[in-house]
Amino acid sequence: MIRASAESRNGGHAAAQPGAPLIAARGIVKRFGELLANDIDAFEVRSGEVHALLGENGAGKTTLSKILYGYYRPDAGEILVRGVAVAMASPAHARALGIGMVFQEFTLVPALSVFENIVLFMQGLPAILDRRALAAQIASAAQRLGIATPLQVPVRALAVGEQQKVEILKQVLGGARVLILDEPTKVLAPQERSALFALIGELRAEGYGVVFITHKLNEVMEIADRVSVMRKGRIAGVVERAQTTEAGLMALMFEGRAPQEVPPKTPRAPGPAALELREVSAVGEAHAMALSGISLRVCAGEIVGVAGVTGSGQRELGDLAMGKIRPSRGAKLLWGEDAGKWSTARVRQAGAAFVPENPIEIACVGELTVAENFALGAPRYRGGLGIDWARVRSDAEAAFAHLGFPRPALDARVRTLSGGNVQRAVMAREFSTGPRLIVALYPTRGLDAQSAQALREKLAASAAGGAAVLLMSEDLDELFGLCDRLLVLHQGRISGEFAPPGFTQEAVGAAMVGAAGVRRAA
Amino acid sequence: MRLDAASMYVTATARSLVTGLLAFAAFGLVLLAAGKHPLAAYADTATFVLGSLEGFTELFVRMGPLVMTALAVAIPARVGLFNIGGEGQLYMGALCATGTALALAACPSWLLLPLMAASGFAGGAAWTLLPALFRVKRIANESITTMLLNYVSPLLVGYMIFGPWRSPESASYPQSPQFAEGARLAVLGGTRLHAGLLIAVACLAMYTYVLHRTRWGLEMRAVGGNPDAAEHLGLQVRRYMIVCMAIGGGVAGLAGMAEVSAIQGRLVGEVSPGYGYVGFLVAWLAGPSAWRIVAMAFLFAFVSSVGDILQITQGVPFSVVNILMSAILFSVLCGGKLRTKRQ
Repeated sequence: MIRASAESRNGGHAAAQPGAPLIAARGIVKRFGELLANDIDAFEVRSGEVHALLGENGAGKTTLSKILYGYYRPDAGEILVRGVAVAMASPAHARALGIGMVFQEFTLVPALSVFENIVLFMQGLPAILDRRALAAQIASAAQRLGIATPLQVPVRALAVGEQQKVEILKQVLGGARVLILDEPTKVLAPQERSALFALIGELRAEGYGVVFITHKLNEVMEIADRVSVMRKGRIAGVVERAQTTEAGLMALMFEGRAPQEVPPKTPRAPGPAALELREVSAVGEAHAMALSGISLRVCAGEIVGVAGVTGSGQRELGDLAMGKIRPSRGAKLLWGEDAGKWSTARVRQAGAAFVPENPIEIACVGELTVAENFALGAPRYRGGLGIDWARVRSDAEAAFAHLGFPRPALDARVRTLSGGNVQRAVMAREFSTGPRLIVALYPTRGLDAQSAQALREKLAASAAGGAAVLLMSEDLDELFGLCDRLLVLHQGRISGEFAPPGFTQEAVGAAMVGAAGVRRAA
Repeated sequence: MRLDAASMYVTATARSLVTGLLAFAAFGLVLLAAGKHPLAAYADTATFVLGSLEGFTELFVRMGPLVMTALAVAIPARVGLFNIGGEGQLYMGALCATGTALALAACPSWLLLPLMAASGFAGGAAWTLLPALFRVKRIANESITTMLLNYVSPLLVGYMIFGPWRSPESASYPQSPQFAEGARLAVLGGTRLHAGLLIAVACLAMYTYVLHRTRWGLEMRAVGGNPDAAEHLGLQVRRYMIVCMAIGGGVAGLAGMAEVSAIQGRLVGEVSPGYGYVGFLVAWLAGPSAWRIVAMAFLFAFVSSVGDILQITQGVPFSVVNILMSAILFSVLCGGKLRTKRQ
């Protein structure tokens, strides 16, 4: 019934060719100004195929998927849907042609029920709805795909993994034959990931085409049938999963210049505690996760990792450490002093630095220049009423040189820099003061592999040099590689604590979803 | 590189000129439809403004308060706040300056004028405290509260001139007694041009200096550019918001002080013909640049001269000039829109 409705909507187009790929792109070129974002000879998705689009950040995966979804119009090239060339005008047009996309940020209405969210997305419904028939239709599709989510609960009551399933079910019932999943595992705990892969397996068996966007090799090896490896906007190679290895894919991804693994850590005796929280509870800003009963210790010379599903209180923990929010209960100590009431300025002055994700939003001011942003980070450039700009500039140059970064124009506005360069400018500033405590919040998110690696090495070197590091990340491999100890946050509480022998995906993953797998009521 | 900058400057100037001309042309059509003679009206205005000392100096008489009320908007705008209360703050400045002038009438002018300026500044600044506090405590948005307070301060002024300060010598007209000579700002002989313009220039110079040359200016631009980052960097975001709002209100208060001290010489019911509102337009169209504030203040001073002339020669009410103001606003906004589209 669903499939029939998807077919009937294509009645107006030239007849689809049986056996043709569900969607194919030929000779696609897309430029943003100077940047060549996509130059794709050929990309296609067949019925019953999971086609992975693999590449590091900035390789052009998202651009290609947005072209397939009608969000961008290519500068050249054509798109064929079931063998018929189409001029894709908009995402709505793409949906009508049977192409659905699941973004990293879901497009569900939290206050509405699962049923309502799905019906909102279905096409060609009459003005007056037959709720019972629709519910039956949705339930049968859900059952076919092995989705057990109750239909009548509001979406906001669901765990992230469940919401993602609803998003996929919504696309299927909206008539999609091709599903583009943009880094779907990014927001999931390992257990939820297995459930997603099971669902993708069902979709494959039903004859759907799935585009699976990722930069993680192990996921590709687990779920994909074919892999298109992207590099610098081009497809560097298309291989059958069965005929390749992780090493082979790595070679394609990085042109043989694969990033070095972090060398295994040599255990050190930690120094005195830099940051210590004792039974701290704190409330973040509006709609944020509240922290409750957090106890932790980060000592000089060690890296303490914090794992957890995104939104479990990581951002609040960072704000708490930096003095942006204050504990409502419990004690916070910095270098042995009671720092519960310290302002952010005082915390920074005492030697703390902050390296966040998305620095253009929370660590620097886009309208100001690199030099001005540098001067903002350290209140030591007073020259009478003004600022000693000569000293700012020489310090900034020294800071970039020290980290081995190419120095951007100091008079360039930060908003004109690329994401990687913004993060470098923030790092140069934050490390320039020789911090004794570094709070890093998803610092490698959105960085290309090289920059991410440089950042990881810098964190490791800082710890080796005696700094205390609190590293919050969603990348378990990153955490396992860098950390001396690992804490897991779940809904604002610490749900697990691990030392190196216990660093396993299974154990940490269990803690990430709450030790007993408890979730908010579904 | 320099040539590029110069040619960009020329283009920008040409664009502003065309924009202004379009607005005047549109207003001309309105006048024509009303059976008036736009060309004659513009010619009369030009003759008055350029051809007579009175008309020419009148431009600068109006530019003073416009520059100050524009700064009342521009300073809080640098830390991301909307101050729409310039008019009310100007009235409070006039009220407080009058109180000082009446209470200390015996003081010599070298002492009295600075005291009046200080109290005018304080009056305007005080009028922003509640809105600023409500804003940082997240109780109410400052653009609403400052605007609402515009309706309150003229009532306070009315109360004082109908009641405690009512002048005995002019029983039929509610106004305060005439100020003593020591409470009058210097006026250029034969014109209404007064020392308030110097205060405006000084405020403008300080604004530019602080914004671009000092650490405070850098931190202000950081707070306005990205409050979240500013907070993570340990800047005193709330303190900046409260202080900048107060300084903005204070500068508007200075404008009120200058009006009562130099122009009226007493407190009257209508201290300002809406300088606070026009100042908002000036600041909004000018952006952060001090030069553009001067240019826009000049333009709107000219527009208000047009209103005067129309009233006299064409027999239309002064408020018709609001149509011209909205035409200017409209064409400037459209110009900006087109520019962003082309990029």
